[in-house]
Amino acid sequence: MKICVCVKQVPDSWAEKKLSASDKTLDRAAADRVVNELDEYAVEEALKIVEAGGGEVTILSVGPAEAADSVRKAISMGATAGIHVVDDAMHGSDAVATSLVIAQAVKDRGFDLIMFGSESTDARMSVVPAMVAARLGLPQMTFAKKVDISGNEISIQRVTDYGYDEVKSSLPAVVSVVEKINEPRYPSFKNIMAAKKAPMETVSLSDLGVAGSSVGLGAAWTKVEAFADRPAKAAGTKIEDDGSAAAKIEEFLVAQKFV
Amino acid sequence: MSDVLVLVEHANGEVKKVSLELLAMAAKVGTPVAVALGPGADATAAALGQHGAKKVFVDSSDLYANEIVIPVVSALAKLVSDNSPAAVLIPSSSNGKEVAARLALACNSGVITDASDIAADGSVTQNIFGGATIVTAKVTTGTPIITVRVNSIAPIASGGSAEVVTFSVDHQPAKTTITNRVAVEKSGRPDLSEAEIVVSGGRGVASEDGFKTVIEPLADVLGAAVGASRAATDAGWYPHQFQVGQTGKTVSPALYFANGISGAIQHRAGMQTSKTVVVVNKDPEAPIFDLADFGVVGDLNTVLPDLTARIKGRK
Repeated sequence: MKICVCVKQVPDSWAEKKLSASDKTLDRAAADRVVNELDEYAVEEALKIVEAGGGEVTILSVGPAEAADSVRKAISMGATAGIHVVDDAMHGSDAVATSLVIAQAVKDRGFDLIMFGSESTDARMSVVPAMVAARLGLPQMTFAKKVDISGNEISIQRVTDYGYDEVKSSLPAVVSVVEKINEPRYPSFKNIMAAKKAPMETVSLSDLGVAGSSVGLGAAWTKVEAFADRPAKAAGTKIEDDGSAAAKIEEFLVAQKFV
Repeated sequence: MSDVLVLVEHANGEVKKVSLELLAMAAKVGTPVAVALGPGADATAAALGQHGAKKVFVDSSDLYANEIVIPVVSALAKLVSDNSPAAVLIPSSSNGKEVAARLALACNSGVITDASDIAADGSVTQNIFGGATIVTAKVTTGTPIITVRVNSIAPIASGGSAEVVTFSVDHQPAKTTITNRVAVEKSGRPDLSEAEIVVSGGRGVASEDGFKTVIEPLADVLGAAVGASRAATDAGWYPHQFQVGQTGKTVSPALYFANGISGAIQHRAGMQTSKTVVVVNKDPEAPIFDLADFGVVGDLNTVLPDLTARIKGRK
């Protein structure tokens, strides 16, 4: 089983995030950069699959030069190799362009599974896995809270608003996993050392046959016109409980017509 | 005015509230036209017409229940191609976002997710970074595909009726098969992402028992959904699917009750667009008080049971 796990480098989800004033894209320097938390679940799930049935896991990331650190970080959980797609022309790409680049980077490499976390903690769109599946013409097996592989077949539990759907398809397939599908492991010292030496392919857009003009801020099909910080909330009422707090909350709820 | 297509979410013909909200949103941009797909779709027209839909495209084929995402995309792509609508509005659920994703590629159109408002000129308001930043954005290529967050606008009961137009689609062979649908046991409480009122607990609730004896009774007397901070779900005090935050659910209820929650970014990101916020916390310095319309520095174990009893006493 050959598995590719796509990871995104994002601002730390516990930090304040900002847009850059100059071109209204994510300000990547404003916070520590980490592997998107939800992608770690995909790495863990991939490792569990190859541990049970053999194979190897490759980590892929599309992003600026610093994203190479996130590829190594993800490899150190126990993956074998990395692919880093980096090109200045990518700056400001929308999901449509990102999915194009990922699809071009993974196709023809013989992957049985292409795995993602169900969303990134910065953009939170949850659209790239579905777009990559559409571009590759592969079954889309997304929002999985359970993944089972049996021979050439994959079945998942797909999270829905009422519970979950059991869905099956053949391999190869594109999979996204939700938070808490597993407990991502901490990298062992041995794997951290191995990750430093793991083979890493650095790929440019021209290597992938993608024109620079079809990606980036200028090619995006959407445009951010303006942004602003949420205005600070006007100070509310704040009281110390002297035994009458419940009565005062009740009064407030009545005044606001909630009860 | 141009048509604005609204993808209807329904359970065997029972229309979800979010679909009625989307019709109200569509009316700000053009003429609301609903699209109802799958078993029961033909039973949706009355409710949709009453809430502003001028027309409902209906295809009740079972096929929509047998494969995820793709059949819905094929149907919408056909309607976009045949009718050139001004925009397509889709509920911002996980499924809805994936429909939007593939529809964008199918129609060579830009996609914007998690809209909280759409202006008449099609510019979209989004609350990003957990609501810390408010963005206006526009689709610049193709037919705008926009997913809209639940609770962004109130449904409008206009009392009209909708013309029903049945249609069918040539679908591609399925790549995935839904073999079973499993409904998780309902708590009897409203759905967390749709609820008008959410009562949440955090580290200060201190135990699973605290959720059962303090948080849930208050939620029930208010007819509210129960939420939890990551600290509480990580500790195993409340099931993970009720986590509100950066990872977890984003909610925007009329009233959010934060109890024993300090208000780390992780949590604020999931709830700071709530209209009214009430806070009970022992720590007067807790950052959650910055969001509070009404804040109490006190012990939730005494304040909340007292409040629950008082509200119960009013009924």
